[in-house]
Amino acid sequence: MLDQHINVLSLLKRVGEITGRKKFQKIVFISKKLGMPFHEKYNFHRYGPYSEELSLRLEELQQFGFISEIKEEKAGYHQYRYQVAANGEDFLNTKGNDRETFEQQKTVIEDMNACSSKFLELASTILFLEPADKEEIIKKVHTLKKTQKYSKQDIEQAYAHIEYWRQHLNKGR
Amino acid sequence: MSRGNEMLKEEKVFKDPVHRYIHVNDRLIWDLIGTKEFQRLRRVRQLGTTFLTFHGAEHTRFNHSLGVYEIMRRMIEVFHGRPHWNEEDRLLCLATALLHDIGHGPFSHSFEKVFDTDHESWTREIINGETEVNAVLRRMGDQFPREVADVIEKTHPNKLVVSMISSQIDADRMDYLQRDAFYTGVSYGHFDMERILRVMRPLDDQVVIKSTGMHAVEDYIMSRYQMYWQVYFHPVTRSAEVILNKILRRAKYLYLNGYVFNQSPAHLKPFFDGDISIEDYLKLDEMVIFYYFQVWEEEEDEILADLCSRFLHRRLFQYVEFNQHFIMNEWAGLQERFKAIGVDPEYYLVIDFSSDLPYDFYRPGEEEERMPIHLLMNDRKLRELSRQSDVVEAISGKKRTDHKLYYPSDVLHTPGQESEKREILEILSG
Repeated sequence: MLDQHINVLSLLKRVGEITGRKKFQKIVFISKKLGMPFHEKYNFHRYGPYSEELSLRLEELQQFGFISEIKEEKAGYHQYRYQVAANGEDFLNTKGNDRETFEQQKTVIEDMNACSSKFLELASTILFLEPADKEEIIKKVHTLKKTQKYSKQDIEQAYAHIEYWRQHLNKGR
Repeated sequence: MSRGNEMLKEEKVFKDPVHRYIHVNDRLIWDLIGTKEFQRLRRVRQLGTTFLTFHGAEHTRFNHSLGVYEIMRRMIEVFHGRPHWNEEDRLLCLATALLHDIGHGPFSHSFEKVFDTDHESWTREIINGETEVNAVLRRMGDQFPREVADVIEKTHPNKLVVSMISSQIDADRMDYLQRDAFYTGVSYGHFDMERILRVMRPLDDQVVIKSTGMHAVEDYIMSRYQMYWQVYFHPVTRSAEVILNKILRRAKYLYLNGYVFNQSPAHLKPFFDGDISIEDYLKLDEMVIFYYFQVWEEEEDEILADLCSRFLHRRLFQYVEFNQHFIMNEWAGLQERFKAIGVDPEYYLVIDFSSDLPYDFYRPGEEEERMPIHLLMNDRKLRELSRQSDVVEAISGKKRTDHKLYYPSDVLHTPGQESEKREILEILSG
């Protein structure tokens, strides 16, 4: 019951804060693709993989007072900052927080959180397009993400990060 | 004529209660309809458990898919000869419209939740794998199945074609709103599709609407809003969905814990084991599921038997509103009290969420994800719909959410442990 909410909440607790809705979306997508227990359904949208379900989950967590969403004015746009609220801490404590605490995966999640959302958009797009071969994926990334102008170096870096995340998680198993 | 296709000698016509007639002239489309994977859609209802609320909602993904195809065909007729429209994309659009739901299984929503499958990835598998559908599509070239799958997945580079099948105003939505309204018998869901089709225009990367058609689009957006809350999220339908979900969870739990079923659930074993082939997936339809529910009604496991009986005989759960106060103050206690009266809260106390965003637009930098509907103004400039329409502006970006708690009311009114049950009812009544 509420397992999926607890997973999202636990993930946020591990990293302390996530800045940006897009970043949140991509971290959960990548985590899911790497085998972490997220079941939100993703489709391909303007910025790559996007889940309406996760959007709803975040909204519910906010309505329950479990997470705080702080809206900040940036140059010409708004950005959202997410943290676990006191009620959320209490809820996790009452649940024992013993299911999916992501202790093993903490380093990987933190590493993702340290990346820019533009970079995570690239990494998650690559993962979405798998299992096609690399050459085909690169061609498609250039077509689908023309405006982001990802360089060859960006793409290689994304592949390297994905590999690092995978290896790290496999080690923990 | 496009490679791999020929025109039929005589037009084939399906009689359709929503669009009156569905016209097929291409051999490719006719042969796709004849594949066993497409015919399987006759055995999967379009609206899942909605028939338990609106008894007319027995229509299937087969007639919806034909309807989407027909709308797409009419859209292409309007686009014919206009700038930005490439006639070579015609069959790609028609095949995509016809096959966009090919990966749906019985009661998709519940299945995907319990077995962690995804109908979109099954759509890809069916289109690209060793299937009759794939063999028909490949007549158009080895890359054609892949292209169809990419359009459905929204990763095809041709954004105009993608927007014709999936956007905030597309062939899929225009069919399901009208079809679902027709079969449920509700008066919402109606809008002037003929008018919308007449004012649709192709652009490089999207379909736009001539500004003169704005009021027809307003009507469409509002009808979508009403259908979601009056039909798709109807609490009785959700209650049936909750029970269906719990049946599948219980059956899976029992199987994984070595329970010996009276009748081996052969069709479902691959799903329980998490090792599903295309053949396994395609064998599953609603008739098979209902067969197991009938059999399981006689099972020794009381929870499974009870849940199946509830679903088959429409003895659904009751509901109350669920809110923040509930989750912080009452939730844990309620679960304990259910256990105390011998009712497993894992199966009989269920929170369900519904949410809908009727219309939204892309706000630069705000990380929103929806491609807006654009109006084509007289000066050939584009204007986002909610900036022109007060009606749409009023509901733009406004997500409505609904949280309910479902429980078996009948159990709480049966003799035995009356004081505990009274306490539970008091909590539930707030």
